[in-house]
Amino acid sequence: MSNREQHEQSHSSAKKKTMSRRQFLSYTLGGAGAFMVGGVALPMIRFAIDPVLQKKTGGTFVKVAQESEITTEPKEFKYQIHQVDGWYESDPVRTAWIARDQNGVIFALSPICKHLGCTVNWNTHNDNQYFCPCHEAKYSIDGKNLKVAPAPLDEYEVELRDGWVYLGPVKPNSRV
Amino acid sequence: MFKAIYNWIDERLDITPMWRDVADHEVPEHVNPAHHFSAFVYCFGGLTFFITVIQILSGMFLTMYYVPDIINAYASVDYLQHKVAFGAIVRGMHHWGASLVIVMMFLHTLRVFFTGAYKHPREMNWVVGMLIFFVMLGLGFTGYLLPWDNKAYFATQVGIQIAESVPYIGPFIAELLRGGDIVGAQTLTRFFAIHVFFLPGALLALLAVHFIMIRRQGISGPL
Repeated sequence: MSNREQHEQSHSSAKKKTMSRRQFLSYTLGGAGAFMVGGVALPMIRFAIDPVLQKKTGGTFVKVAQESEITTEPKEFKYQIHQVDGWYESDPVRTAWIARDQNGVIFALSPICKHLGCTVNWNTHNDNQYFCPCHEAKYSIDGKNLKVAPAPLDEYEVELRDGWVYLGPVKPNSRV
Repeated sequence: MFKAIYNWIDERLDITPMWRDVADHEVPEHVNPAHHFSAFVYCFGGLTFFITVIQILSGMFLTMYYVPDIINAYASVDYLQHKVAFGAIVRGMHHWGASLVIVMMFLHTLRVFFTGAYKHPREMNWVVGMLIFFVMLGLGFTGYLLPWDNKAYFATQVGIQIAESVPYIGPFIAELLRGGDIVGAQTLTRFFAIHVFFLPGALLALLAVHFIMIRRQGISGPL
């Protein structure tokens, strides 16, 4: 810094700080560069993260069984859901074990074992329990994990309409 | 803050000479548009590279949604174009960039030709440039089939028939390109592999050679 500049600065400290040519250039070049990189990169990033930001379509309910069919003994019901996966639409089969509790309330459990995701079955050992053949996990009639599994069986949301049982999305077990 | 991070890394790895070596070099006056406006013709090579970078990036992102399969290819392109946010823009970059890269490359070739920059000692770089030109045309040809619409299908049909007209080895080339007797499932996967792995690999290698030779030989003198 030259003497003259120092002299000026000390006398006009209230004035705005001057910007050096180098600073000005690096700001303009950096700004223009950031604008160009951003213009190219931002659409691509938004494109890539789109699945995360897409609106979740609230789970639709599917007609599965007649209310009169449901007893206190869990029964297996298979039903199809309509699944839209990007450009691919399909109707995969889902399974639910539906039963009434002592109060007559209908509930539906998912048969996917909470240990490692095998499929459980009801009463295979005549002990009124759900049993998973992979690692011998056991669950009570309410889905409570009794052996091996770290969490209770998931539950389906249930809706009753005109004597029919409709099943919706899976939720954590609310019974145990 | 950035300065502190840079200094921390530089102190350990001594990275300054690395980027200095790449970025810090003499640009002669006759190629600097600030001195002679007509020197903008020297920008076309850099512009070709810039668009190539955009092509590689947008292509990488497109493969997040695209499938090279005759049942799903068109549906997946339709989905990414119309249903995914900025799909039209990202696919648009790749679509328009593909044409633009050919235009820029052509202008760059004209500049090199008319300034005589291909002459001794830079003949080899002209040859490498021509190889890049053909790789780019190959990228354009193989990429055109991928949306698997009518235009793509028949353009490939015609392109392969042209290749088939080569004396003696024509039918062999055609079958190799098709991966069979018809333009179909195997053609599509084949073109996808060539478009996404083989040609970009070749392109990057050739570009590296192209740029290293420029730095070794320097920029050719003024007219």
